Amino acid sequence: MSPVRTVRPAPPSKRARPRRLGPGDRVFLTVIVGIPLLALLVFVWLPALASVGLSFTNWDGIALSDIRWTGLDNYREIFTNYPPFWPAVQHNVVWLLFTALLPTPFGIFLAYQLDRKIRFTRIYQTAIFLPMVLSLAVVGFIWEIIYNPDNGLLNGILSGAGSGQPIDWLGDPDLNLWAVLVASAWRHTGYIMILYLAGLKGFDPALKEAAALDGANGRQTFLRVVFPALKPVNIIILVVTVMESLRAFDIVYVLGGGTGSKPGMELLSLLITDNIIGESSHIGYGSALAVVLLVVSLLAICAFLVQTFRKEDK
Amino acid sequence: MTQQSRRPFPTREAREPSRRTVVRGSLGVGAAALGAPLLSACGGGPAADPKTVTFGSNGADATPEKAYAAVTGAFTEDSGLKVKTNTVDHDTFQKSISTYLQGTPDDVFTWFAGYRMQYFAKKKLAHPIDDVWEKIGSGFSDAAKQLSKGEDGKYYFVPLYNYPWAVFYRKSVFKQRGYEVPRTWSEFTALAKKMKKDGLSPIASGYGGGDSWSILGAFDYLNLRANGYDFHMDLMRGEVAWTDRRTTKTLDLWRELSGFYQQGAGGRSWQDAAQSLLDKESGMAVIGLFLGQQITDEKLRADIDFFPFPEVDPTHGQEAVEAPTDGFMLSRKPKNLKGATKLLAYLGGAEAENLYMGVDPSNVAVNSRADTGKYNALQKKSADLIASAKHITQFGDRDSDPGFISTVVLPGFTQWLGHPDDGAALLKKIESQRSRFFTA
Repeated sequence: MSPVRTVRPAPPSKRARPRRLGPGDRVFLTVIVGIPLLALLVFVWLPALASVGLSFTNWDGIALSDIRWTGLDNYREIFTNYPPFWPAVQHNVVWLLFTALLPTPFGIFLAYQLDRKIRFTRIYQTAIFLPMVLSLAVVGFIWEIIYNPDNGLLNGILSGAGSGQPIDWLGDPDLNLWAVLVASAWRHTGYIMILYLAGLKGFDPALKEAAALDGANGRQTFLRVVFPALKPVNIIILVVTVMESLRAFDIVYVLGGGTGSKPGMELLSLLITDNIIGESSHIGYGSALAVVLLVVSLLAICAFLVQTFRKEDK
Repeated sequence: MTQQSRRPFPTREAREPSRRTVVRGSLGVGAAALGAPLLSACGGGPAADPKTVTFGSNGADATPEKAYAAVTGAFTEDSGLKVKTNTVDHDTFQKSISTYLQGTPDDVFTWFAGYRMQYFAKKKLAHPIDDVWEKIGSGFSDAAKQLSKGEDGKYYFVPLYNYPWAVFYRKSVFKQRGYEVPRTWSEFTALAKKMKKDGLSPIASGYGGGDSWSILGAFDYLNLRANGYDFHMDLMRGEVAWTDRRTTKTLDLWRELSGFYQQGAGGRSWQDAAQSLLDKESGMAVIGLFLGQQITDEKLRADIDFFPFPEVDPTHGQEAVEAPTDGFMLSRKPKNLKGATKLLAYLGGAEAENLYMGVDPSNVAVNSRADTGKYNALQKKSADLIASAKHITQFGDRDSDPGFISTVVLPGFTQWLGHPDDGAALLKKIESQRSRFFTA
């Protein structure tokens, strides 16, 4: 029995820890963690990996024996010879920039104003949040009525104001993306507003008072005190905005008439459904597109996580 | 204070479920909920009843739904077999057809003739129905028989009705302004020019939203008239290049025509376009007989007329008519094969046709024994037009790979129609995608 042995750190660390969990509890824990984990693997990761695998094949989605290995062909096709691909990428970027630069700050602005207990604030809150409550199909109907070229609200107002030609809001490939972005912003603003308002409700008013005592005006109070102090909410809003932009699909699908990619409104998500859903599906090709979107999303998420944790570590 | 008063329901404690039983229970429920759709997807269930036939219908609009109900109701009375109809919206039905047929499809389902039907027959997602045709065959022309066969020569399809595409107009407008029905391309464009001068939109047009398919009617006819039936079918089946000189010619003609289209077509539905014809805002419309479904005032129906799409090249004349045929197929593994066969034989008979046309007068029966006595003027003219045709085509997305049409051709065409200048670039773009769909 040498003293060295007794000092050895490894065995004690194992033995020293008291076993608080009985066998029943351990079974319980295994089950309660294991089942969601299994569900996650089976329903999320397995399909994701299967998509990656299928993206190297050519398959019509019917008989498993028809899957043919084609290597990188799908990707080569997509990047060099798929007319709607680059417009779709461009539109996704436009979508992200637009959402981040207009409706998101506007939602924050509204939340800040409404938090100041102005009169009828409840009514304003409800009105602005209302679009978020509506189902997307309804949102689509509303905007279809507004944009209709013959008897739509917008052209009615414009022709009343003396403009001659009706404007084809949803049909013109140079215009329709912006028309849809406005509809999407209409919905997004309320969402951001409610998130930010929730943050502001939990904000310590003493900080604002202190800022006021120090002689800060409204703008300075917001930019130097409130905004930095609401960092957790800001992060949530940033994540929500990026996610909503990358997964943008539903409202375009509804306003485009449910046909997938229309000229001027191509988005990656729409191209994926175009190729996978339908009478003759190209599972491999669609999967390759989905993998492209997955990689882009992962890059965005990783960049964001790295940023956040780096700051936290400091 | 007694124990009792602090715990008013002492017996409850004993019954109160422990944390574990709750979790176990909820997991069980969760597993059951997950399992349920899987189980029901495996068949069995109420559909296995030998007295019931299931019928998947895409006729979700009011008129066809009523018409199908009349037909299936009469079948039940006739045979004693119950028909369980499962109606799905038209576009959704089409889009999900592939997954639908691989899952647990209804025994009999509505579908379309043409390449589209043959595709599913080739993929073994449909059941051959030669025995049905032994019973119903005598009522159909050779053309209809040809239309109902798969590439393997077996029958897979029972036709119900078809409807021609043509150029529709209002008689009163033509009479009032002294327009003549054009027969050739030059007469046609001259008329369109005159209409424009008179303040009408010469050609009603709406291909917004999900209606971009409706532009194919014009393309098909232009191509058929300029290049003939054989070339058109080769093009549709991916056997010739889209950059062919002849296709370029078709696009040149189309560019000429598009100048006469109603403004703002990309954001308008076909129904709105049809309405503009009925409202006398547009002069003509290239559309199918289903335009009649848009008519709500019966007095108006007598004022609608059509003429065949004008001749472009005298060698091909006006010999081809685009007349899509709708009908029924039998799913791969019907749960009630005997009953489904009976139902199909009934649907292919004259009685079913009469019942259907009685409710929905915007189509023409395919079965030659069907009663045509009650046809309105438009139906009579349609039947004559189809009967006199030398070639019958289905429709762009039925004669070709629907995926190719919907993901490559239609977006290309609609974009081009917005600025119809460089047709060659568009055709090159389409051609570059062709091999992806046709060289399997």
